[in-house]
Amino acid sequence: MDFYQVLQIIIPSMIALAAPLIFTSLGGVFSERAGVINIGLEGLMVIGAFTGIVFNLMLADVFGEWTPWLAVIAAMIAGLLFSILHAVACITFRADQTVSGVAINLLAVGLTMFLVKLIFDKGQTDRITETFPRIDVPLLSDIPFIGPIFFANGYYIVYIAILISFVVWYVLYKTPFGLRVRAVGEHPMAADTMGVNVTKIRYAAVLLSGAFGGIGGAIYATIFSNEFNHATINGQGFMAIAAMIFGKWHPIGAMGAALFFGLAQSLSIVGSSLPFFKDIPSVYLLIAPYVLTIIALTGFIGRADAPKASGQPYIKGKR
Amino acid sequence: MSKHLSKLTSPLIAVILGLVVGAIIMLASGYDPIAGYGSMIGGIVGDSYYVGESVRTIIPYILAGLAVAFAFRTGLFNIGVEGQLIVGWLAAVWVGIAFDLPRIIHLPLAILAGAVAGALWAFIPGYLKAKFRVHEVIVSIMLNYTALHVTNYLIRNVLTDKLDKTERIADTASLRSPFFESITDFSRMHWGIVVAIICVIIMWFILERTKTGFELKAVGFNQHASEYAGMSVNKNIILSMVISGAFAGLAGAMEGLGTFGYAAVKGGFTGMGFDGIAVALLGANTAIGVVLAALLFGGLKAGALNMPLETGIPSEIVDIVIALIIFFVASSYFIRWIAARFKKGVK
Repeated sequence: MDFYQVLQIIIPSMIALAAPLIFTSLGGVFSERAGVINIGLEGLMVIGAFTGIVFNLMLADVFGEWTPWLAVIAAMIAGLLFSILHAVACITFRADQTVSGVAINLLAVGLTMFLVKLIFDKGQTDRITETFPRIDVPLLSDIPFIGPIFFANGYYIVYIAILISFVVWYVLYKTPFGLRVRAVGEHPMAADTMGVNVTKIRYAAVLLSGAFGGIGGAIYATIFSNEFNHATINGQGFMAIAAMIFGKWHPIGAMGAALFFGLAQSLSIVGSSLPFFKDIPSVYLLIAPYVLTIIALTGFIGRADAPKASGQPYIKGKR
Repeated sequence: MSKHLSKLTSPLIAVILGLVVGAIIMLASGYDPIAGYGSMIGGIVGDSYYVGESVRTIIPYILAGLAVAFAFRTGLFNIGVEGQLIVGWLAAVWVGIAFDLPRIIHLPLAILAGAVAGALWAFIPGYLKAKFRVHEVIVSIMLNYTALHVTNYLIRNVLTDKLDKTERIADTASLRSPFFESITDFSRMHWGIVVAIICVIIMWFILERTKTGFELKAVGFNQHASEYAGMSVNKNIILSMVISGAFAGLAGAMEGLGTFGYAAVKGGFTGMGFDGIAVALLGANTAIGVVLAALLFGGLKAGALNMPLETGIPSEIVDIVIALIIFFVASSYFIRWIAARFKKGVK
């Protein structure tokens, strides 16, 4: 097996594994840029994964091959609705944002597993039959050398993830809404003085993070696990948080970090069957995203600083 | 309403609200909430076996709660209790297997190994916070997953030859108690309850009766004032995390040496570390509060196991209730706001 063939195995699996991380970490970028810490991304992914799978199972007969796409949209709505809890607790009731996030995570697992047992009368759902098909991107996959590595044997949703991260970058840095999100996260009082409605912007940002987290969860469950149980989402949300920090709270950075973590994950799965990699114990690849994030935070590879006001509720009139 | 009373009412209201919403969810899913909660209470104190199992569940909850609460008092959020617990579990079991010593040395040594491992694991976020001002929440979350994968690797490749769980610990390192077993109809209740109670006293003593405790609390109240008064903020941050981690490691050691007697490869977290956050919050971060909250949550968890057997209600309902209680405690501003409204209305 030569190096080119190895790349043909690793790269598509890396991009596929990165897709849920990209969506979820973009959600994290929105929320934290507006000053609301969202540890609850893990729970939002759980909600998304559950909704995606259940929607898929119940309506696959109706929608046929469109089912996974509609399931992702349903998961997006479910994630958005669920994140209202986090928004109300953190923004209106001034709860500790980390604590609220922990509660979101516990509640998501409890609620979905309760419903799974209620609906299916066992510890996991049935397996879905309609998943995203693997495709070769027309034209692009014909490019010599690059095409077969990056554009063959992939999923459309994965390329959409990468495109969306550019859209999020545009929204955050080139639109009035994005400027307001960033202002509210850095210095809410100054933003308030300039007539920005801090509460409204923060609500919007947290709900967006819920929607993105829901999408991420649904994609992960649809492509990789094909069913839902208590361990379907096991650390994906926290890894997305890591990607967000590693990418320095920047959409493109988060996407890059998610791709890198995807690479680490893909190597830990397929590496054992490949030359060069089979001698590395998989534990190093498994912990790489987490350890690298800690190192990034300590400033050895360029310091990562959180938005100034993240974690603090904004109380009007308080100095 | 006096200030002292409202300190107690807000957690109480949170618990009641949590249970009420839990009942509504049961009703909405077509179950009888009274039968549900009845079977849960039966599962906590129904007979001596259930009592023993409840006590066993409460042991790690007390210790995990102490760990979170201790760090909170110094203004630190130790969300890494889960990871420290897993590491402590493995270390205690390792010592329990590897050595052949008389009980009087072996058991304390194994317990100590758990505490030290947890303390070391918590030292990392403490040190990074003190030295680089890195937020301890993110570091300890990352360390939770690192702990999970590293311990799984060690169990598979170092302690055993590709097996999914270690061999049993030596009897000389076991916390198992024939006495407790005989009075609780062979439940898995073990001597860990004594360790937990000792730790509660230690936490109370450190925080309320020593100079170190005073400094730790001072740093929690106001870092700048403590610095100005000549205390070393960095030293106290690290110390607080280390002590917190030791409690967490002990929680794991109790599971390893008492309940299970081995360490197994884990597909995911035990959840006890995160429930410890709930225990500490509800217990208002005091030693006695932690005990009361651990009794409640540990009891709920143990009792939940009886619900599917008697009434067919999935035990996850209790996870929902616990999560809701955390929500309501965290949003105590909302509870106080309602209470204020209510009082106005009465006038």
